[in-house]
Amino acid sequence: MFRVLGNRKVTPNAHEMIVEAPEVARKAQAGQFALLMVNEHSERIPYTLSDWDKEAGSVTFIVLEVGKSTSDFVRLQPGDEVAHVTGPLGMPLEVDNFGTVALIGGCYGLGGVVPVGRTMKAAGNRVITFVEARMEGMHYYLDKYESFSDEVVQTTTDGSNGIKGHGVDILEARLKEGVQVDRVFAVGCPFMMMITAQLTQPYEIKTFAALNPIMLDGTGMCGACRCTVGEETKFACVDGPFFDAHLVDWHELRDRRAAYIRIERDVCK
Amino acid sequence: MIEAARCLACKKPKCVAGCPVNIDIPSFLHLIEEGKFVEAAQKIKETNPLPAVCGRVCPQEEQCEKVCVLTIKHESVAIGRLERFAADYERNAGKIKLPEIAEKTGKNVAIVGAGPAGLCVAGDLIIAGHEVTVFEALQKPGGVLMYGIPDFRLPEEIINAEVQTLSDLGVNFRYDYVVGRNDTIPEMLAGDFDAVFIGSGAGLPSFQGIPGENLIGVFSANEYLTRANLMKAYRFPEYDTPPIEAGHVTTIGGGNVAMDSARTALRLGSRSTIVYRRAREQMPARDEEIHHAEEEGIKFNLLTNPTKILGNSRREVIGMECIRMELGEPDDSGRRRPVPIEGSEFEIECDAVVVAIGNKPNPLIPQTMEGLELTRWGTVVTEEHTMQTSVEGVYAGGDIVSGAATVISAMGQGKVAARAMDHYLRTGKNPDPPPPPPPPKEKSKKKKE
Ligand SMILES: Cc1cc2nc3c(=O)[nH]c(=O)nc-3n(C[C@H](O)[C@H](O)[C@H](O)COP(=O)(O)OP(=O)(O)OC[C@H]3O[C@@H](n4cnc5c(N)ncnc54)[C@H](O)[C@@H]3O)c2cc1C
Ligand SMILES: Cc1cc2nc3c(=O)[nH]c(=O)nc-3n(C[C@H](O)[C@H](O)[C@H](O)COP(=O)(O)OP(=O)(O)OC[C@H]3O[C@@H](n4cnc5c(N)ncnc54)[C@H](O)[C@@H]3O)c2cc1C
Ligand code: FES
Repeated sequence: MFRVLGNRKVTPNAHEMIVEAPEVARKAQAGQFALLMVNEHSERIPYTLSDWDKEAGSVTFIVLEVGKSTSDFVRLQPGDEVAHVTGPLGMPLEVDNFGTVALIGGCYGLGGVVPVGRTMKAAGNRVITFVEARMEGMHYYLDKYESFSDEVVQTTTDGSNGIKGHGVDILEARLKEGVQVDRVFAVGCPFMMMITAQLTQPYEIKTFAALNPIMLDGTGMCGACRCTVGEETKFACVDGPFFDAHLVDWHELRDRRAAYIRIERDVCK
Repeated sequence: MIEAARCLACKKPKCVAGCPVNIDIPSFLHLIEEGKFVEAAQKIKETNPLPAVCGRVCPQEEQCEKVCVLTIKHESVAIGRLERFAADYERNAGKIKLPEIAEKTGKNVAIVGAGPAGLCVAGDLIIAGHEVTVFEALQKPGGVLMYGIPDFRLPEEIINAEVQTLSDLGVNFRYDYVVGRNDTIPEMLAGDFDAVFIGSGAGLPSFQGIPGENLIGVFSANEYLTRANLMKAYRFPEYDTPPIEAGHVTTIGGGNVAMDSARTALRLGSRSTIVYRRAREQMPARDEEIHHAEEEGIKFNLLTNPTKILGNSRREVIGMECIRMELGEPDDSGRRRPVPIEGSEFEIECDAVVVAIGNKPNPLIPQTMEGLELTRWGTVVTEEHTMQTSVEGVYAGGDIVSGAATVISAMGQGKVAARAMDHYLRTGKNPDPPPPPPPPKEKSKKKKE
């Protein structure tokens, strides 16, 4: 069993969950995720590793409450246990000194960009972090971003905090100003990652996005997580989750993610 | 007992030779005949640690029962059913007797994968006195026995009971542990472990590469069966994983996996059709399974090859385009090759497609370990007498070595590996190959026999 060590509500619908999982923490690398089952009847649900502490043997997730499994998880309090945590899973991100790296985080990607930024900074990159939220009070990791970023750009859709607009809008403005960006990493909802890819394509900036298809085993055994990347079928759980965003079939990802929406909605009623 | 009494107790029993783990079949049949059921089960367990499983899923008609001398004139003794009976009797009577464990050696063995190959090695090595830890990626043991073969053929309690016996003997099970992502094999050998057995199976599903395979409603058999078996989606919403609701499920393939998928579809309330590109006689599934499928009302579209899966604007499956085939010239394997009949395209309406055309080994372990020699199919190369891989101290068996095969062959290889590993752990050397290798000429002659 894996003990819950912390549960902090960071926005109205997101929680920072800290779970004791020493084997995951020991091996975690930027870009990887873990699968979690709250109890023996739960689904196996993937969450991005937002942080980890090897000494304490703990891992941190940012969990957006969207349905049954995510709400079961965020309902747990410190001292409660989850039945299963498997990880780290997926390919670690390729790390190098690329020059200037732009990170774009939205939704749970506000946590997901943290390890990416840290390793990119450690490899000598200049890091610009764009974090987007709907409104004020939804940016919660400012201190973390500042620890690895040369610049942090906060945006809100309604302009109530930071710059009004989306992360990509501001990135676009910067690119137009002639700011040199050598690599972009996007973590968040498929729509945001798709428009990021569309924006950076004409500038020919290599862009990587963390795909989030529906998963089942997370070990390459089932193929539920198939995505089309550059005309080829890839299994996101073992070949990804990060892929070249310019090659991803985003519409397929969006539709495949909706596969169980009707039946899942019924159960939440 | 009457059935068991039909055994003639041949002097040189062919059935024993026909069994991949050489169960002493005449002796256990004799014990059943005498009404000593628990003893019969224990007799089987001397060589086969999972009789309740094998009694249900072994292709006996290809093995022990095929060579039974009675088949010359009559039907073979129903060895498989009697094996199952003895094992179930022992378990239900609560009389499972733990075997004696040899004096502890202080050596540590890591086993990758809790499928039949891994469980078999775990059982043999714990009895031989070593410390054994099994690392399993999923949340439950059994491998394909748990996530693939459906409950109606192999109930989960049976696997759990077998695993409980191993736990009682002192085998340590670590679930949620993906070797290669958690520790790699080289890290295990550098750490606590003196030897490693790879029993990671052939768990990477193949697809045909036809248009429409990524539509919603197209599943690998692994996904379809895993949702149903491992995650118990058929008990949704008591279990959280959603089931696959479909009016008509079409399964592509002709093996046991296809039969299990098609039969599962029926049980999930769908109409169920199998599409297979060769003829009935060429289906690799066990006869018994094909019979069951037919009796249950599954429709067979033989000599039919899917060419395209059709979808609607929401990218949901609405049908499948197929072409009729006829048998042409024999190919390398001697099977007549199916060739498409031009102009015979037709459509099958369906809202789910299950692809059951085979599995390949998962590349994770070879990717995270240097020097592990592979075949061009991605299976691990081993030395036949010991199942040692190209890396010292690392052994392998089961589907990771032979490609998708059978439970009993996985266990047979596990047995060979366990014997060699025990020797290696005690002496630092592999055992000598049993018979001195015959000169090359005789060898080729022997093969023909
Ligand atoms: C690699 C990866 C990393 C992810 N990281 C995070 C993270 O750090 N934080 C976070 O909040 N979410 C993350 N997600 C998404 C998260 O897994 C889904 O939001 C979650 O499964 C929803 O489950 P539910 O039962 O609460 O909602 P549901 O009502 O089941 O579904 C809501 C939506 O979530 C998606 N979804 C449903 N089941 C799955 C599944 N088994 N696997 C993946 N997606 C599914 C579907 O698009 C669905 O429409 C990640 C997904 C992937 C694949
Ligand atoms: C649907 C279906 C029906 C079948 N029906 C029959 C039948 O009727 N009769 C018969 O004899 N055979 C049948 N087979 C074949 C038989 O099940 C297999 O040949 C047998 O299970 C192989 O055993 P194994 O131990 O090699 O591997 P598996 O059973 O595949 O087990 C491998 C285990 O290793 C785990 N694993 C993989 N990688 C890692 C890793 N990196 N770290 C940790 N764990 C890992 C997997 O999760 C899995 O649990 C069937 C197969 C299927 C799919
Ligand atoms: S989730 Fe099953 S293969 Fe990726």
